[in-house]
Amino acid sequence: MPSRTPSEARAALGDPASVGLGFVPLGVASGVLVVHAGVDWWWASLSSALIYGGSFEFPLIGMATAALPLASVAVSAFLVNVRHVFSALSFPLHRVEGPPGKAYGTFALCDEACALTAGEQARSWSGRRIRWLRLLLHLYWAGGSTAGALLGSLIPEGVTGLDFALTALFAVLALDAVRDRRGDLPTLPLALLSALTARLLFPGGLLPAAFALFTAGLLIRRLATRESPGHA
Amino acid sequence: MPDTTCLVVAVLVSAAVTWALRVLPFAVVGPLRASPTVQYLSTRIPAGIMVILVVYCLRDTPLTRTAGLSPAAALAVTVGVHLRRRNAPLSILAGTAAHVALASTVFAHRGP
Repeated sequence: MPSRTPSEARAALGDPASVGLGFVPLGVASGVLVVHAGVDWWWASLSSALIYGGSFEFPLIGMATAALPLASVAVSAFLVNVRHVFSALSFPLHRVEGPPGKAYGTFALCDEACALTAGEQARSWSGRRIRWLRLLLHLYWAGGSTAGALLGSLIPEGVTGLDFALTALFAVLALDAVRDRRGDLPTLPLALLSALTARLLFPGGLLPAAFALFTAGLLIRRLATRESPGHA
Repeated sequence: MPDTTCLVVAVLVSAAVTWALRVLPFAVVGPLRASPTVQYLSTRIPAGIMVILVVYCLRDTPLTRTAGLSPAAALAVTVGVHLRRRNAPLSILAGTAAHVALASTVFAHRGP
């Protein structure tokens, strides 16, 4: 860190610049998909503000318009989002003060905020700065989605493939994670292997199966590396 | 188009499930945070999750038909631009634009 900025809000504005600005086209894409599915624009705002999880908002558009039973929606939401139980372990909630702050902290726990706050440079961030970071990410997301839904009718129906924005965002964050964890290469092939195994063996429950395999793999690796160099 | 109440309730149910999953670790696993094993996991899981989510997003890509070329090319564009420029918004825009261009024209669905 070369200099200290006077305002934590301004510092937070810089933190998510890369990820946050990636949120805007992604939110726009989800908003466009909502209106192209024949749903009113405000539903995109509601969905992005309340669910705040792109990995489920994209599939929910199809489920809601197909009028799937609520129980199936709930089960799908569970399967797609159960990873938060794992990723939340890394979030420094103890640095965010007060019950409202903590409640919002858990609500706004998206993968990207986790990836940002789990990075090396985030160890020194204060609770206020983390809170600003998440609020801005949330605003970028909901704002982008609303804009996309309002402008979506201008985009011809024949234009498809906007949902790739989500894949691209995860790919970018994965590349940044590879760079961050250069000293720890086995983690990423382990994740890839877990995901591909889950895709082959449990195509219907890819996410939970992949996370279970990945976590089990990490635990095995920890046991193996802890015992080999010396006494336990 | 399904009726508005159904759509709103679907969002509320999804939001409740999602939030519950985000709160659970703090309610249940909170005291375990001091454990070295939990700390070991917590530094590695976020990176691995991104890799898993990429596979998840591409899970329905047909590997044997030409329709699979569009996401493959777009992923290559995303990764290529990101390795060269390290600018996340640019990489996402470039990859998405490549995918929209290919999927809407060359590899557009014709019929079911």
